[in-house]
Amino acid sequence: MITRTPGTKRPPGSRARRTPGPETSSTGSTRDLGRPHFRRSPSPRRRLTLRRRRILWGLLFVSPWLIGTLGLVLYPMALSLYYSFTNYDIVGPSQFVGFSNYQLLLNDPEFRQALGNTFYLVVVMVPLSLLASLAYALLLNLPVYGQRTFRTVLYLPQMVPTVASAILWIWVLNPKFGLVNTVLGWFHILGPLWLSSITWSKPAIVLMNIWGIGGAAIIFLAGLQGISPALVDAARVDGANLWHRFRHVTLPALSPLILFNAVIGILAAMQYFTQAFVMGGGDTGDTSIGIGNSLQFAVVYLYEVAFADLRVGYASAMGWVLFMIMLIFVAVLLKVSIRWVHYEGWRQQ
Amino acid sequence: MRRSTARRVAPKTITYLVLGTLSFLILLPFAWMLLSSVKTNAQLFTIPVKWWVWPLHLDNYTQALSLIPFWSQLGNTIFLSVSTVIGTVLSCSFVAYGLARVDWPGRRPLFGLLIVTMLLPGIVTLVPTYVIFRDLGWVNTYLPLIVPTFLGTPFYIFLFRQFFLRVPESISEAARIDGASELRIYATIILPVSRPVIAAVSVLAFVQAWTDYLGPLIYLNKPSQWTLSLGLTAFLSKYSVQWNYMMAAAVVFTLPLIIVFFVGNKHFLRGISFNTDVG
Repeated sequence: MITRTPGTKRPPGSRARRTPGPETSSTGSTRDLGRPHFRRSPSPRRRLTLRRRRILWGLLFVSPWLIGTLGLVLYPMALSLYYSFTNYDIVGPSQFVGFSNYQLLLNDPEFRQALGNTFYLVVVMVPLSLLASLAYALLLNLPVYGQRTFRTVLYLPQMVPTVASAILWIWVLNPKFGLVNTVLGWFHILGPLWLSSITWSKPAIVLMNIWGIGGAAIIFLAGLQGISPALVDAARVDGANLWHRFRHVTLPALSPLILFNAVIGILAAMQYFTQAFVMGGGDTGDTSIGIGNSLQFAVVYLYEVAFADLRVGYASAMGWVLFMIMLIFVAVLLKVSIRWVHYEGWRQQ
Repeated sequence: MRRSTARRVAPKTITYLVLGTLSFLILLPFAWMLLSSVKTNAQLFTIPVKWWVWPLHLDNYTQALSLIPFWSQLGNTIFLSVSTVIGTVLSCSFVAYGLARVDWPGRRPLFGLLIVTMLLPGIVTLVPTYVIFRDLGWVNTYLPLIVPTFLGTPFYIFLFRQFFLRVPESISEAARIDGASELRIYATIILPVSRPVIAAVSVLAFVQAWTDYLGPLIYLNKPSQWTLSLGLTAFLSKYSVQWNYMMAAAVVFTLPLIIVFFVGNKHFLRGISFNTDVG
């Protein structure tokens, strides 16, 4: 702290800060008005320096991220677009090959299979997880004792490292000695072969991910707890029953979060990697990921092409195709969402 | 009278029943992991399944930990996770200050850019980023995993920004009138009141680094540099029938995160807000 006595000269910086900027309040301006040579005062220049100083501060603060975005996002994206038109393979020199990587991709049966498997996650896993997490959040939002404990339990699977959960679930899904089929056995249901079956390996992945819906559910729960009780009470007074209150109060209020979780879910499903790679035995150098390649997802294939075969050009083209598919998914979702997402409850800043 | 009580009690009972059952089902795999980790391998492969055995084979833990070079991999994982937390908290709070607390024309468009980069999929940049780091000679070092965390992560910048917006502007204004620079306001005024969001981001970043598999898989090829994620998968492909050891290793790998979660839990939800309601 600098203590100032009247009359002593202030450092120039602090004086400049005291003059009103374009957006600050009128503190200090009365003094200026009293000055006879008001029009000749250097205040316009000082105003500029204040504005400039703010810009410099702003730039200084965001600079790490700007550098990161330029160097680790935009430049790599441009580079990958360039690579996608070459046959670059890390070791040798690269040649421009036009669109042939993209053409190859269209006719690559393994890529098609990987894409099909990935779409399965988008079409089956994402909606199921959304429904389950929404239902769980609604349940947790009821006035029950031990709500915090239930919430903690729900979130706990999120704290299991991805690799550990993949390994745990291989064992849990063991057809003969595993947990899932043991529990199904209590109800006299003969469980499927899960990861050892081409038809059941993807449902197994979905089941494992439903176990981990805590993250999405916590977001919904935060949204639910933000709904004004007055709104719900008003609806109740108006004679709305439970379903109507859900349909016309809760659901509209949650709709931005549903959209958010849907977008995040689709992006995550399209880039599904670690669990499939570990559970499908990708790191063992096996050519098939999961039985009959049924766990070969798009990014797993991209990883193999890029880091096992070193076909950087081809992998880059694949990355861009996947990116475009994701863009289309998200664009469609946003377009459709205009009809059902309500932002009224969300104050604009 | 009796009827109305019944009508009030019955839904409650059903709620508890449903919540109890679901919680039980969520916890079952954890129990399975723990119980499997203290059995002999022969006890694992019995029909019908034996849930409880005595004595507990706690030596599975020492066995498993000696089969993986556990302690060095634990050290590597801790090193990476702590570096990530430091880098993330420093850089993200710094950047968020520029987006939330400095009144300059760039902050709105840059916030838009932040949201866009938040949603940009990492797979497009995965391969070229590897090439860039390889050209820098950074492969087989921790630099490709640590340096980017010091350049900010969009989602965490977003969380910091949302929190900073709720800190009253009058505090900063008073400090500015006293002649404090923005850097000083950031370090001595804004950061100290931001403990909840620092805690939340620390937990999230720690968990993410602890769990990360793809990053170490690509950049760390020497077994001496491996993290537990890599060590565990290597263990899986080598001893895939030793499920008792596998489960013991998984328990030890998971435990630190559970502890971090319970320690950080208190601040966790307070630090995260998606809307910007002031007050």
